[in-house]
Formats: sequence, structure tokens, C-alpha cells
Amino acid sequence: MTSTLVENHFRIGKLPHIWCPGCGHGIIMRSIAVAIDELGYDKNDVCVVSGIGCSSRAPGYMDFNTLHTLHGRALAYATGVKMANPDLKVIVITGDGDCAAIGGNHLIHASRRNIDITTVVFNNNIYGMTGGQYSPTTPTGEKGTTAPFGNIDRNFDLCNLAKGAGATYVARSTAYHANMVKQQVKAALENKGFSFVEAVSICPTYYGRKNKKGDAVSMMEYLKNSTVNVKAADKLPKEKLEGKFLVGEFYKSEEPEYTEEYKKIIDSFQKER
Amino acid sequence: MTASKEKKLYVKKDWCKGCNICVAFCPMNTLELKDGKINIKDIESCTQCGRCELLCPDYAIYLGGTEDGKK
Amino acid sequence: MAKNNVKLMQGNEACVEGALAAGMKFFAGYPITPSTEIAEISSLRLPKVGGKFIQMEDEIAGMAAIIGGSLAGLKSMTATSGPGFSLKQENLGYAAIAEVPCVIVNVQRGGPSTGLPTSPAQGDIMQAKWGTHGDHPIIALSPSSVRETFDLTVKAFNFAEKYRTPVILLTDEVIGHMREKIEIPSPDEIEIIDRVQPKSGLEEYKPYEVNEDQLVPDMAPYGGEYRFHVTGLVHDETGFPSNDSNVAESLLNRIMKKIDNNIDDIALYEEYKLEDAEVAIIAYGSTARSAKSAVDMARAEGIKAGLFRPMTIWPFLDKQVTEVSKKVDNVIVAEMNLGQYVIEVERAGNKHTKVSKCCKANGQLITPDEILAKIKEV
Repeated sequence: MTSTLVENHFRIGKLPHIWCPGCGHGIIMRSIAVAIDELGYDKNDVCVVSGIGCSSRAPGYMDFNTLHTLHGRALAYATGVKMANPDLKVIVITGDGDCAAIGGNHLIHASRRNIDITTVVFNNNIYGMTGGQYSPTTPTGEKGTTAPFGNIDRNFDLCNLAKGAGATYVARSTAYHANMVKQQVKAALENKGFSFVEAVSICPTYYGRKNKKGDAVSMMEYLKNSTVNVKAADKLPKEKLEGKFLVGEFYKSEEPEYTEEYKKIIDSFQKER
Repeated sequence: MTASKEKKLYVKKDWCKGCNICVAFCPMNTLELKDGKINIKDIESCTQCGRCELLCPDYAIYLGGTEDGKK
Repeated sequence: MAKNNVKLMQGNEACVEGALAAGMKFFAGYPITPSTEIAEISSLRLPKVGGKFIQMEDEIAGMAAIIGGSLAGLKSMTATSGPGFSLKQENLGYAAIAEVPCVIVNVQRGGPSTGLPTSPAQGDIMQAKWGTHGDHPIIALSPSSVRETFDLTVKAFNFAEKYRTPVILLTDEVIGHMREKIEIPSPDEIEIIDRVQPKSGLEEYKPYEVNEDQLVPDMAPYGGEYRFHVTGLVHDETGFPSNDSNVAESLLNRIMKKIDNNIDDIALYEEYKLEDAEVAIIAYGSTARSAKSAVDMARAEGIKAGLFRPMTIWPFLDKQVTEVSKKVDNVIVAEMNLGQYVIEVERAGNKHTKVSKCCKANGQLITPDEILAKIKEV
């Protein structure tokens, strides 16, 4: 027996999931399911695509059309799916390494095209599946198994990256702010264009341990106490923003959507006949 | 000031991985870990706010209907 | 057959025409010489038939997108050359294990690396079979003319759909850019095969379930009647990943067997003046054109030469090559590489005959004279 939501939107036989105790991914995955549920989408009309990594195991548990692809390539597969069947609601679930390192090129170009895909990044600041190597979002100075002396790379601000590349909906929330994740995914799915939701997750097993961040509860406390909503940020003095990161909706605009633009080309020939 | 108990708090122990998030973030101190698994310590204190369900990464605790366990 | 369907076109154009005739509705690719015309012409033609074209950000994405497009129900193709074919390999393996029908055109050019971008080569023969990691099935076809590029592109789609597998059209710069007058067959002359859809109203659709005598599972599209999971991990009949060694073995066995057991259906080849031949040339693609001339030149000089021309490069035509080897004293494999297909010919033919090679990989075609000289040498 489990909740109606889980029963209706997950493949119960595949649960419990493989994620470690205290991993934030399960919270985010549930929030996505709630968003789809509240929007009332038919499950057959939803296609969830992922790459490789901890986050990318999510589609295996979710009771929709699901596609578990290669490392970094989820957005390229999703682009093909969306082009072939624009009626599908296409969601990409990806991680910080999957989306911003090996899949970085696909991210910026899917953003640029403004193709109607909702991307949710489960950002845990580390490569979890391979055991804790630093990723493009590991903060400078933090440790990973391949950054034993501290990471000298500068880390990406994924939302700025997506916005700069042309995404038409950009937002950030965290595993602690599960309702915010849901709200943002709903807004993302309703946006006709490329939507990017960064859901900051926690990885107590690798990132937490390696960087002495404490247990899952401490890491959730950190998400709770270190975030400032973008709406409030302007009114706060600078010192109040020290060591904090912003959550909320950063960007939203209406731009021509790729598959609709392509349809116009097809339609122009049908009129000719 | 307990809310009307239309729903019931259910625990699915075999899915619980003992991360303690629900215990720590329950505003009413209703929950505890017992033998590494979630346990309802004091159901009377529960206000059915749903936070445990929202923040459980493993879907091991939820509010369900009283008759058949469904909402 | 209406005469007005006679056209002068290049191989790359014939490839697109063949693809459209076969029902291609989606093309995703990236520009690369000497395959670019295939993308260009696809971009022009597809929207007119309700199909879709997209230029992706790189070769990897082009291959990934056609797998996605195929899973959503459209017959899909990409085209590339040289370095681009290398970039497609990881996704090609995905299409093989996830059994996603798709066509990959490789207009071969000189390699390795950037190599000779505007010159022909046949250096990707082994890569076509072994380029992606792990054991996997593959079908590769190689045309020798513009018309045959049309025909084999249709075949490539048909095999892809019938066997749920990626099919590579291994053409080369000469065939791709050469212009010939061809007669385009009318639609009713062209056999079209579509993937088999699962029956409607099933209680549970298992995307990789096969009946006892069936090797190729029925395939539903995303967005249709059934929801299902697809992964590049080893999976059971439900499509979900499994670490079970029995599951791994049976999956791999089945996807290999679906090609191996149907090799007679997949085997396409031409035999030219082989009946009484004492020396057989084995050549494919543009090299086969020189080989055919060399056979005629040798015959004119009284040498009993013949040609075996495989159009199906992979799976290797073991039976046919063995038969040829038994008939002749000498087999010469002519190919524009330093000796790739010849390795397989040696394996099949060495115990029956003497196998030698006439190879060149400098961006120049092998000429009939060079092959004739080799015939005289052996």
C-alpha cells in the first residue's frame, strides 16, 4: 500500500528506488509527478527522457513513456521525440554532470531553439553514480574524489547558462522546497518553449561526506537556511545575501517555439496544393 | 487544536531508508526512528500538515484516506 | 513506367529519393563533406511531404535525435562521413541494443581523422561492424551506382524496420557525388516494409517480448496506445534493466540471431562472369566499377576473370564467398583501404583458394589497369 499519487504515477514494482538514504532525488522526482498530476496530463501523452547518472534513473520508476539514453544525450533524444510527435509533453530529467559537462552542448542548443521540452536538473554538485568526482557545479574549493586538494574549476550557474542560451522559462528550487519544485515544473510544462528548472538536490553519501556537510538532515537544513527567493533578494542588504543562493523564477518570456515554427513550414506546402 | 482527522498517517517501513528527514522536519515532533526505520511516536500530535510526505525521498510515509488507505 | 521519371542526379540525391520512397519522415544531421547534400536535399524535400528535418548541434546529437524520432514512430535517417561516423558510434550501439530502426548513411572519405575530406575511401568497413563497443548486430549495404544508391536506401529502411536494427548505408565520395541518369521506379514498384505494431488492446505490452518463433519484437510508438520503457542497459522483455547473466545472454543471442538467421534475406550481391572464372575479383562500392572493367579487359586478353560484388557488406556473406573461393584458383579483393574486407575473405576462402589483395588508400580510385595488373600477377 502506498499513496494514491505514488500508486498512480510510479511503477510500484520498481520501488524502492536505488538512491542512497537521504538522497534528495526522490523528493524532486515526486514533485514532478505531483506537477503532472495537478496539470491533469494523460500519462500516455507524457514522455520522460534521461541520460546517465543518479538522476537519470528516475524515468525507470515513473509510469509514463520513458527513455533512458546515453550519458549527456537526453536532450538530443528528446529533441527527436518532440520533433516526431509534438503532441507529447516531453520532460528531460538530468544531472549536473549529464547536463552541464558531457551534455552541455545539447543544453545550450535546445535552449537556443526554444523547443518545447521541460528540463529538470537534479543538481547534487557531484558525480554520484561513479562515486563522488567533482562536477561542473561543484563549488570552487570543494572536494571530490578527483579533486582531493580542492576543486580549482569555477562552477557553472546553470540557470544563467540556460537563460543566456535562450531558454524561455528558467527557475531554481531545492529538494527542501518540494512545493516550489512542483510549482516551477508546472509553470515549465505550461510554457510553450524550452524550460529549465534547476532543482538543487543533496548527496549526503558522496558530496556531503567528502565535504563534511553532515548528514541528510544537515544538508536539508543548509538548503532551508541558505536560500533567498529572488523576489526578496532585491530588497535585502548585500550582507544578508552573503553565502546564500537564489531560488525562484528567474526568467520567463514568450518566443516562437521550434516545432510550431517547423509546422508552419509544413503547412505552407499543404496550402500550395 | 488538532485538525479534523480525515486522513490517516501511513508508514511503509520496507521502503524507509532511515534518513531521518521526516523526523527532523516534522513541526510537531510526531515521528521518531526506531531500529533505523520511521515510527509514529505520537499520532495525537499530528496536524496532518503533510510535510513528512512531501520531504520523504523514499515515499515511505504518507497521508491517506481512513477507509482504504487512499486519499 | 513513365519516361518522365528519368532524371540526372548524384548519388547523394538518389539516397534522399530512396529514403523518401521508403517512407523517411525524419532526418537529423550535421553538415560534413562529402555527405552534406543528403542533409541539404532532405531539408528541402521533407517538409513538402509532411516530414521533418533538423540540423543538430553535432553528429552525436544527429544520431541521438533519429533514435528519438524513430521511437516516436517516424522512419528516421542521418548522414555523415569520416569523423562524423566516429562520433555516431556510441549512439549506434544504443540503437542496436534498444532495437531502434534507423538508417545511417556514411559517405566514406579518406581517413584517419580529418584525413582527405573530399576524396573517396572505403576505410570504414571494419568500423561499420566494430565501431561501437560490445558485440552487436549490424547490417551494412554498399551501392556501386546512383540507381543502386536509391535501391539500397529503400532496402536499408526495409531491413531496419523488419529487423528493428540500425542499418548503415556505406557509400563513398565517388558514388555520392557521381551523376548518372537514373530511372526512378514508381511507388507501386517499390516494396516498403514497416515495423510490426503490437496488437491493440493488450493487457500488458512488453516492448521486447517475442513468441517462440519470433526474433524481432513488435514495436509501439511513444504517444500511442502503450507506455513503455527503453534503455541502453541490458534489459529483459519488459524493457527494464537487469543484471541477470541469463537475461544478458538471451538478449544478446536474440539480437545476433535475428540477423544471422535471416542472412539469406539480407544477402544482396551480384555475380559477373563468374561461371567459368579462374580468378575472381571481390569488390564493392565504387571500386567494383573498376573491377568490372578489369574483368572485361582481362577477358579480352583471354584471362578467365569474374567479379563477385557484395552489396551486403555486413553481415559477411560467408556462404557466397566460400562458394566463389571453391570455384576459382585465385581471389583478389580490391578495396580503397589497406586491407579490411579481405580479412573476412581470407577467413572464408583461404582453405579453398589463394586470396590476395589490391588495395589503395591515398584518396585515388583503384583503376581498372591496376586491378588488371594484379590479375596478371597472381
